[in-house]
Amino acid sequence: MAEQKLVATTGNALVAEAFRQIRPDVVAAYPITPQSSIVEDIAKHVASGRVHTNYVTTESEHSAMSACIGASAAGARVATATCGPGLAMMWEMLYIASGMRLPIVMANTNRALSAPINIHCDHSDVMGARDSSWITLFAETAQEAYDNTIMAVRIAEHPDVLLPVMSCLDGFITTHAVDRACMLDDETVAEFVGEYVPVNALLDTENPSSHGNFSGLGGLYFEFKAQQRAAMARASSVVAEVGERFAAISGRSFGMVEGWGMEDAETAIVVIGSSAGNVRHVARQLRAKGQKVGVLKIRCFRPFPVEEIRSALRGLKAIAVLDRSDSFGAEGGPLYLEIRSALYDLQERPPVVNYVYGLGGADVKLDLIERVYSDLSGIAVDAVEPAPLTYLGIR
Amino acid sequence: MQQLTEIRWHARAGQGAVTAAKVVAETALAADQYLQAMPEYGPERMGAPIKAFTRISTTPIEIHCNIENPHIVIVLDDSLLDVVDVAEGLTDDGVIIINTCTPPEQVRAALNVPESVRVACVDASGIALDTIKRDIPNTPMVGALIKVAGVVDMKVFKSLLAKNLSKKFGQEMIDANWASVDRAYEEVTVA
Repeated sequence: MAEQKLVATTGNALVAEAFRQIRPDVVAAYPITPQSSIVEDIAKHVASGRVHTNYVTTESEHSAMSACIGASAAGARVATATCGPGLAMMWEMLYIASGMRLPIVMANTNRALSAPINIHCDHSDVMGARDSSWITLFAETAQEAYDNTIMAVRIAEHPDVLLPVMSCLDGFITTHAVDRACMLDDETVAEFVGEYVPVNALLDTENPSSHGNFSGLGGLYFEFKAQQRAAMARASSVVAEVGERFAAISGRSFGMVEGWGMEDAETAIVVIGSSAGNVRHVARQLRAKGQKVGVLKIRCFRPFPVEEIRSALRGLKAIAVLDRSDSFGAEGGPLYLEIRSALYDLQERPPVVNYVYGLGGADVKLDLIERVYSDLSGIAVDAVEPAPLTYLGIR
Repeated sequence: MQQLTEIRWHARAGQGAVTAAKVVAETALAADQYLQAMPEYGPERMGAPIKAFTRISTTPIEIHCNIENPHIVIVLDDSLLDVVDVAEGLTDDGVIIINTCTPPEQVRAALNVPESVRVACVDASGIALDTIKRDIPNTPMVGALIKVAGVVDMKVFKSLLAKNLSKKFGQEMIDANWASVDRAYEEVTVA
């Protein structure tokens, strides 16, 4: 295992360090709170010669992603970062990046979408982009944000995959908090991500190719999309394999889903991002009182780890899914819908309830989590009729 | 057994509370402890009331929520006492440290906290004006914290302070800040 440096720093500073160590050829970005300090730090790393990246400032996120797409198609290793309204503004270009099979790596510092205006954390931004064919990883801590960012490069560039990867961390909660973490040394990261060998690079004049062509009626648009779906399916084993390789150099395990207490749990909460820590903290306290509770954290949302989720949740008496975004008009939040769908083929389907929580950075207090476990116990033990959807902690 | 210390900082934006919350957290790394420091971002304008939080623990910190029952409250501006309930949720064995010229007995009477809570006062702004020549009371407040509650190692804090300041300032500013910490350590009074 490689030598590591113990640091006390913010999630954003660590992600910027990861990008420095990855040594992208091009970073094109537009600043937006709470992502700004990532791109500011990258700009500083470039200006001080700590990394030889071509740093391109653009006039909007739409342009930032467009520049990333151009650079990536040309044959460069490309990284960027955004969040919230910035990700929303990139939306059109997200599909072009994935449709052209460009292995761009982007950090997204999860931020709510206006109105009302709000700069704080929720997952509305990334869930809005969930169908854009970007591999999507989530971090609970600054450490995981750092680790995911480095792994993202190997996943995106894997010849079986060639899809862009979004590495998400919770705005302010993870981006701006000082946390304790370990950094790998530069050489270890450089060796792990390896030299980038682009596929069909536009600047490879010996082998001319064209990208993103017109493919209307009678074209191959439909077939391209089927290939994207196949690539995303292949990404599952690649994510797991890269996770294992990263664990070997870092000593930190990576699972597409990570369970706590799931071995003999009777009830469980499924959660994404920084709140997983809050849930685990409460679960520990309840375990100490003899309650068989578990936590299932989703670290890889795309591709959605259906098999892992099914095997973790099989046989439970009641399950709560926590969504930090809503799908207005649907039965519940996006994670809830997919968890329910994943469990549909089980012979015995456990009751699943949904809690929308923490929108716009609303504080995820521990007593709210206690309430969810208490509700689950009511369903599992006292056969209380489950409420399908609750806005958790609403005033 | 987890030993967890939770500190809540009250200040006005621009007084350096966020920086102090972070540097105090960073001191824990030297003792191989776990740490967390985060600001509560609201309206980002100078003078607005803000909060910041520091957690220091002997075991990993999993929770990511605001601190509602702090062991220590640090108030960088006594005009906040009329605006914010700074003692809200303070543990019964807690301590509240305030930047003020008012004697601690008088402040205690105004705060309405239980007997078991210690109230400490220090003229951190006065000290800052004398030493740093600017009303930035964050570093002297840490000096008072070290005297009243421990938590932070003086030597570790001073060396981190110097490291942070040296990015922008020379030795003169570092010495002035160190002096402000020492004076607050000496001058803080408890009731």
